[in-house]
Amino acid sequence: MRLIAENLGGERGGEAVFSGIGFALDQGQALVVTGPNGSGKSTLLRIIAGLLPKAEGRLVLEHGGDDFPSIASACHYLGHQNAMKTALSVGENLRFWRDFNGSGDSDVAKALETVGLGGIGHLPFGYLSTGQRRRAAIAKLLVSHRPLWLLDEPTAGLDKASEARFAGLMTKHCIAGGMIVAATHLPLGIEAAELRMGGATERLPQQGTAW
Amino acid sequence: MVMWSLFARDIRLNIRAGGGALTGVIFFLAVIATIPFGVGPDLKLLSRIGPAILWIGALLACLLGLDRLFQADREDGSLDLLVLGNDRHMLALTVLVKCLAHWAGSVLPLVVAAPLLGLFMNMEALGIGATALTLLVGTPAITFIGAAGAAVAVALPRGGLLISVLVLPLTIPVLIFGVSASYGATADPDPFLQPFLILAALTLFLGVLGPASAALALRHGTD
Repeated sequence: MRLIAENLGGERGGEAVFSGIGFALDQGQALVVTGPNGSGKSTLLRIIAGLLPKAEGRLVLEHGGDDFPSIASACHYLGHQNAMKTALSVGENLRFWRDFNGSGDSDVAKALETVGLGGIGHLPFGYLSTGQRRRAAIAKLLVSHRPLWLLDEPTAGLDKASEARFAGLMTKHCIAGGMIVAATHLPLGIEAAELRMGGATERLPQQGTAW
Repeated sequence: MVMWSLFARDIRLNIRAGGGALTGVIFFLAVIATIPFGVGPDLKLLSRIGPAILWIGALLACLLGLDRLFQADREDGSLDLLVLGNDRHMLALTVLVKCLAHWAGSVLPLVVAAPLLGLFMNMEALGIGATALTLLVGTPAITFIGAAGAAVAVALPRGGLLISVLVLPLTIPVLIFGVSASYGATADPDPFLQPFLILAALTLFLGVLGPASAALALRHGTD
């Protein structure tokens, strides 16, 4: 499996945010996307996931097989929001996403244990702190298998211990043949190629940030 | 199985999130309870306009909760993941299941409450039964077409009124055939079966068209 982007361009509201982005990602590799606010990191991730149309260029997932014919079907997208319902318990949230995404390879309790939230699966998601919510959202990546993880500021709100634990999870995912594309400001603590965006042009902070 | 879990989640949210399921019923109750005061104590007139008033009240109450159908999922990021699931299970099917869950959670209580509110309008048993039956068959159509409106307005923070304005003209045929079938059951020369079958056909037709167009709008609204 191989993710290839060639001469990729993205735009928001009719204005080009970036252009000429290219990379190739093999199984077991990770790519960290860095750059100042508004350089289009989130836009790039959403374009890769297929949530935004690309302005130009080529984007393909090769050798995905029958299970993963497209990038959208092969990816986990962890955006700024955690995609969890505050009124439901953590366990209910995770069970729903496991059933909806299918092909789970870890049960919910074990996934929560892995992210250090063991024993709180019964609590409503709304009761958790910011960091705990993020960790629960990370557990969502574990309850169903996807080879490609698209992570947008995955460590926002995490403490040092959780960051280290998450770095371990990412490394494990890569060793198992997974791929990661992560947009971040903070060092993630994993071995990864770096894609630096928007160095030359200075932009207003609110441009290019996805909501 | 996949769709059942989505259905169960939405029903659970509807019941648990507080008020979502009940606001429609309370609004319906408020509308119907006000009518006799406005129209006056003319029992004949009340029973004559009963089915129409029940239908109008139910229609407006249906439109009330529609704006949250996709907006809640958009706000917490779930909508992105539902859209990404498109390759595994068609987005239109996901939307259809969300519509059914919304209908079962928010609109079915209206249908259940309708016979009780029919008593307020001095309707006879047969008329009440016919109106409840037409509501049961016709209200899913309103939810389906409302889903398309909700999907178009999903990015607007105060889209509730816009959705009602967008959707209301499209629901008029449902209202017309629903009310004429209800009258057909009691007023003798009027037919019941024909308008009722057209109502059922409308529901089936919009059950395809509504989710399909809503899915299209959601695919292009993930900005």
